[in-house]
Amino acid sequence: MQTPAPFEYERATSVDGAIAALGRLGAEARIIAGGHSLLPMMKLRLANPAHLVDINDLAELAYIREQDDEIRIGALTRHVDLLKSELLSERFPIFRDAETVIADPIVRNRGTIGGSLCQADAAEDLSAVCSALKAEVVIRGAGGERVVGMEDFHVGPFTTAVGAGELLTEIRLALRPGAGSAHEKVERRAGDWAIAAASAALWIDGGLIAEAGIALSAVGMTTIHLTRAEELLRGKQPSDELFAEAGEIASADCSPSADGRGPVDYKRHLAGVLTQRALRRSAARSLHQEA
Amino acid sequence: MNVSMTVNGEQVSGDVEPRQLLVHFIRETLGLKGTHWGCDTSNCGACVVLMDGQPLKSCTALAVMCDGHEIRTVESLEMDGALDPIQQGFHERHALQCGFCTPGMLMTTRALLDENPDPTDQEIRTAISGSICRCTGYKNIVSAVRWAAEHEAGAKSEA
Repeated sequence: MQTPAPFEYERATSVDGAIAALGRLGAEARIIAGGHSLLPMMKLRLANPAHLVDINDLAELAYIREQDDEIRIGALTRHVDLLKSELLSERFPIFRDAETVIADPIVRNRGTIGGSLCQADAAEDLSAVCSALKAEVVIRGAGGERVVGMEDFHVGPFTTAVGAGELLTEIRLALRPGAGSAHEKVERRAGDWAIAAASAALWIDGGLIAEAGIALSAVGMTTIHLTRAEELLRGKQPSDELFAEAGEIASADCSPSADGRGPVDYKRHLAGVLTQRALRRSAARSLHQEA
Repeated sequence: MNVSMTVNGEQVSGDVEPRQLLVHFIRETLGLKGTHWGCDTSNCGACVVLMDGQPLKSCTALAVMCDGHEIRTVESLEMDGALDPIQQGFHERHALQCGFCTPGMLMTTRALLDENPDPTDQEIRTAISGSICRCTGYKNIVSAVRWAAEHEAGAKSEA
């Protein structure tokens, strides 16, 4: 039987209350939301928090809305709601692509976007999605809020910029014209972690790529942000040849390890192919030419 | 700590350690052994119950997290000696062999039919993609859910 080691539990009734509890309980306290990453880690003793602060009652952190030229997503928004959101599907269809293949529908009923990002597992999909979209996240502590870009959010494997006594409260996605985005994943079986996955976003203006975002899951110790490939795409006309070149960079710039899901050369190959496919679909969506 | 919730329409409570998983609260504290405890890693789906109408893997929820919520287990399906249509469907279409995955499959597909009374085969397959049948009886399970959908629709139009 797998059961977590003993801990103390309390339920937060407000965001400020949760932050106050984290401050009072110290560094051994952890937030629990969906619990579908944290509880398995606690069962295996990979995580041993002395206190859990349950934020599932904080309905004020569960929303997807358009505000100030941004899509804002509350940290407690569950996968199922990200999947079903028409607003998100229209603005950033990459979420629908990813949510269709994240775990299974039952797990998606509980897991949250905030939990996924804070888990900072390199194989997890939404971290790559948010990196490709160049999201910003809002982190709140006793001293107030700060806004951090995805490039500064993940500081290492399973490690984020969220400090002791702080809570991730919101994800912000800037709305700019000409956006197209897509997520491509290969998994061994339904609901499994990716062998490799690629998230891409393109903002096409006047026939040229004004901005590009590409990130990879499961092919390194952290989510891999492909800055070199993004640089290549900027200012160019979208084409299959250009995306093939970006795919070659993806194969070169990732750092997969061999494991039960496949050898290194296979994963590099996948990273390249999936990057190409995600870019092609992003461009088609941006130009409203998706088949 | 004290935990209280509604289980199959009845208010229940118990004094539990915060680390107690919902599946063990249901099976050990409440003695409802219909909910099976399988992989313990949120992969297999044998332990699925409904929380506020939504399928939940009860091995990956703390009992204390369910305080104040409404839980439904497989024991709630049969009413006054009459099987739920989904149970009848599993019987009619021989949708179980060893039966270990069955409680989770029944609750998962009951929730599916509550939300979508006329699912396609693909929608059924997606709904049960978080539930593993090691006897690999998926074809008959999909057929059983179709049976239940058709008979529920019939029952409703007669009523």
